[in-house]
Amino acid sequence: MNAKKYVGAGVVKSDAKALTTGKPVYTDDLAPADCLIVKVLRSPHAHALITNINTNIAMKVPGIVCVLTYEDVPQCRFTMAGQTYPEPSPYDRLILDRRVRFVGDAVAIVAGETEQAVDKALKLIKVEYKVLEPVLDMRKAKDNKILVHPEESWKSLCPVGADNMRNLCASGSDSHGDVDGTFAKCDVVIERTYRTKQNQQAMMETFRTYTQLDTYGRLNVISSTQVPFHVRRILSHALDIPKTQIRVIKPRLGGGFGAKQTVVTEVYPAIVTLKTGRPAKIVYSRYESMIASSPRHSMELTVRMGATNDGIIKVIDLYTLSNTGAFGEHGPTTVGLSAHKPIPLYGKQEAFRFTWDVVYTNTLSAGAYRGYGATQGIFAVESTVNELAEILNIDPVKMREINLVREGQVMHAYYGETATSCALDRCVERVKNMIDWDKKAKPITLPNGKIRAVGIAMAMQGSGISNVDVGSVTIRMGDDGDYNMLIGCTDMGTGCDTILAQMAADCLDCDMKNIAVYASDTDVSPYDSGSYASATTYVTGMACVKACEELRNKILLTGAEMLKVNVDDVDFDGQKVYVVADPEKFVTRKQVGYKGQCFSNRELAATVSHSSPTSPPPFMAGAAEIELDPETGKVELVDYCAAVDCGTPINPNLARVQTEGGLVQGIGMALYEDIIYDEKGVNYSNSFMQYKIPSRLDINKVRVEFESSYEPSGPFGAKSIGEVVINTPSPAIAAAVATACGVRIRELPITAEKIVIGLKNK
Amino acid sequence: MAKILISFTLNGKKIEDAVSPDQPLLEYLREKGCKSVKRGCETSNCGLCTVLMDNKPILSCTMLAVRADGHNIITLEGKQQQAEEIGSYLAKEGAEQCGFCSPGLIMNIIAMKDELKNPSEDEIREYLSGNLCRCTGYVSQLRAIKAYLVSKEDCQ
Ligand code: FES
Ligand code: FES
Repeated sequence: MNAKKYVGAGVVKSDAKALTTGKPVYTDDLAPADCLIVKVLRSPHAHALITNINTNIAMKVPGIVCVLTYEDVPQCRFTMAGQTYPEPSPYDRLILDRRVRFVGDAVAIVAGETEQAVDKALKLIKVEYKVLEPVLDMRKAKDNKILVHPEESWKSLCPVGADNMRNLCASGSDSHGDVDGTFAKCDVVIERTYRTKQNQQAMMETFRTYTQLDTYGRLNVISSTQVPFHVRRILSHALDIPKTQIRVIKPRLGGGFGAKQTVVTEVYPAIVTLKTGRPAKIVYSRYESMIASSPRHSMELTVRMGATNDGIIKVIDLYTLSNTGAFGEHGPTTVGLSAHKPIPLYGKQEAFRFTWDVVYTNTLSAGAYRGYGATQGIFAVESTVNELAEILNIDPVKMREINLVREGQVMHAYYGETATSCALDRCVERVKNMIDWDKKAKPITLPNGKIRAVGIAMAMQGSGISNVDVGSVTIRMGDDGDYNMLIGCTDMGTGCDTILAQMAADCLDCDMKNIAVYASDTDVSPYDSGSYASATTYVTGMACVKACEELRNKILLTGAEMLKVNVDDVDFDGQKVYVVADPEKFVTRKQVGYKGQCFSNRELAATVSHSSPTSPPPFMAGAAEIELDPETGKVELVDYCAAVDCGTPINPNLARVQTEGGLVQGIGMALYEDIIYDEKGVNYSNSFMQYKIPSRLDINKVRVEFESSYEPSGPFGAKSIGEVVINTPSPAIAAAVATACGVRIRELPITAEKIVIGLKNK
Repeated sequence: MAKILISFTLNGKKIEDAVSPDQPLLEYLREKGCKSVKRGCETSNCGLCTVLMDNKPILSCTMLAVRADGHNIITLEGKQQQAEEIGSYLAKEGAEQCGFCSPGLIMNIIAMKDELKNPSEDEIREYLSGNLCRCTGYVSQLRAIKAYLVSKEDCQ
């Protein structure tokens, strides 16, 4: 490998021009005009049994092609969670079920020639329900006599402590060291309970899919998904057809953030195309994307923390109760991160314990959202550390400096992995300087009565799922010695199509324009678990490095044969294969490429899969400066500073925007985003009017710096960045609010109302 | 429902067409092949559907197609050169992440540039406040927009 040329440079994304000039590159732009329009009739009840459903009148609406009910769908249960098989998420879904489990659950599927016809037909389906009492409170769900999934066909494929007869999607416990003994030795022990709410990913492009049959009669699925290969497998389970009969293609995505790691829309047009033979498409409205989607799990986290008087954190005991909602997508796995990510941040612990329950309720089925449980856990643990610091009268930054995990340490709460690359200490130092902590640590009351204060938090995440995620890259040399690179990961705006080409160009010492990238298509791309769990840069990136190395060897072999010398005597500089002892003797890359196409028994191509036994965490520190109005409780975020260790930033521009974007989502979660249900389980937060995401006016200064470590197991020293960045705002802002006015907000979001109530109750 | 005959200009081309009285302009424009126009909500919150009517930005989701009658409508398809130019500033910052909000945002930047002289940061934020973006957190977009305006010597 020669000197780095593209890695580390802020290269413009290869799809930038198409995106900014508005080219038709997204799912709905590509759907054929003659697609049947597919929509779903939704349950008005949180829990009910369908006793009768009459579709006769609806079928008579001109233009209606099919109306499907629970009687028309395969009866094999599956999960919509885009995870590696066997999925930890229980098989608890049917495409349509007699039992409906949340307000918005699917009751019938209607397909017709026009949207007007479909809308009309939806109103004419007559459904009779036996309305059942719902379980809406996650604290009352476990062992409740009302069961969300009483059905016998429910099954759990993995040992995750699931039991549908107890409303349990998962449960268990894990520990290291002598927990009770360590608590007994501590000078101070505090226990606090925190709550986080469901949050919507709210990507600008809502869920959508279209399907059609190809020349061979196979089902082609073009979908806005992060997980094409999982979509293929899940559809085959749901529709009960062989996987070979399905091809999944991912065009450009208008954002995902984990939402599209769940197969939210794909089943509906797919079954319509199978039944009718016609192309079909479904495009969720924003309303549907708010009431029938895959939000963040709401959690209640109880943290017990023991420390010495001089601030050394010795032990953490965490109990997490997580609400998976009506179905178990990502339930068993998200909960784990609520402990595995925050606890290891503190490197001086002698013991930890983590206990969890994940319960079913009759609310929106939760899913994967950037941070994936870590966000909730970090809010709780980082907030507890801030509370502990106050009790011990130790500066919160100092508290972290004393305790933070350092490079080379073993992280017992993180599968016993060693921190092989860790610049967390530098991140804290940097953020402290950026926000001018020492000057601002004490709150200041401004002449207008408002109070300025700062707060800090740390975070880590993973880089892919260790021992599970697979990334693969095919790279081949073609005409003129240029390259094609095929990948199965999914660029959702994250820029992986570009950064993988940056890596490949450096590995092969060529220009990026010599490499054509294509992703993703289950018929064409090599297998990839998909883009989630912060895997792509680290896992698929390493596959890219390895594939380029293998191809390079083949280029050397072919070149040496052409030059009639031993392979050990030649080298490849990206442009030519030459004899090291006599560089005048060479063949060009172009000649090698054409040799591969003429009387050749060696394909100039390499496909390499990569999986990692570890998941090296990216680390970061974030600090918030707020202005709080004690009259109204209103919080304005004045400044947010972040320092991130993602290993080597492959593309600093894209890494920066990832960070800024993740921080702002985290700020939304901290200050306003909330899914609110009424007492019957109706979701009020069903539009951007009720579910507020940050607008341009809400964001003042957001400043990002990198403090890079070098991860030896990553491509060019890289780790991940996508998720870690959402985790610090909630605890940092909550800490700033507490410093400003003495009110600890332990339930997100941190609203003016809660602050005012807190001030009143002081 | 009986269709209504309208005549208007779309991206410089005179069009006469019969349109449904209840069809929003957004869906009509997409049917006409202007796929840059996106829908992100049903509540006039997101700005993804922004187009120009008589050179003023409007939300095509909240206007019926029939109301285009007699007007001049421009979508990003009709502003390709400016889109490419502004787009290149966004791209230099990585501020077109998923890109789904870019067409609406760029339409509004074009309108802002026509309407405001030397806008301050706050004026830019204010003018574009109706354009939501979930990916970028807005700060890279602000950097890009300022750089673009400076290149046009049109910013403080
Ligand atoms: S589509 Fe959201 S404002 Fe028009
Ligand atoms: S870039 Fe994705 S919504 Fe703005």
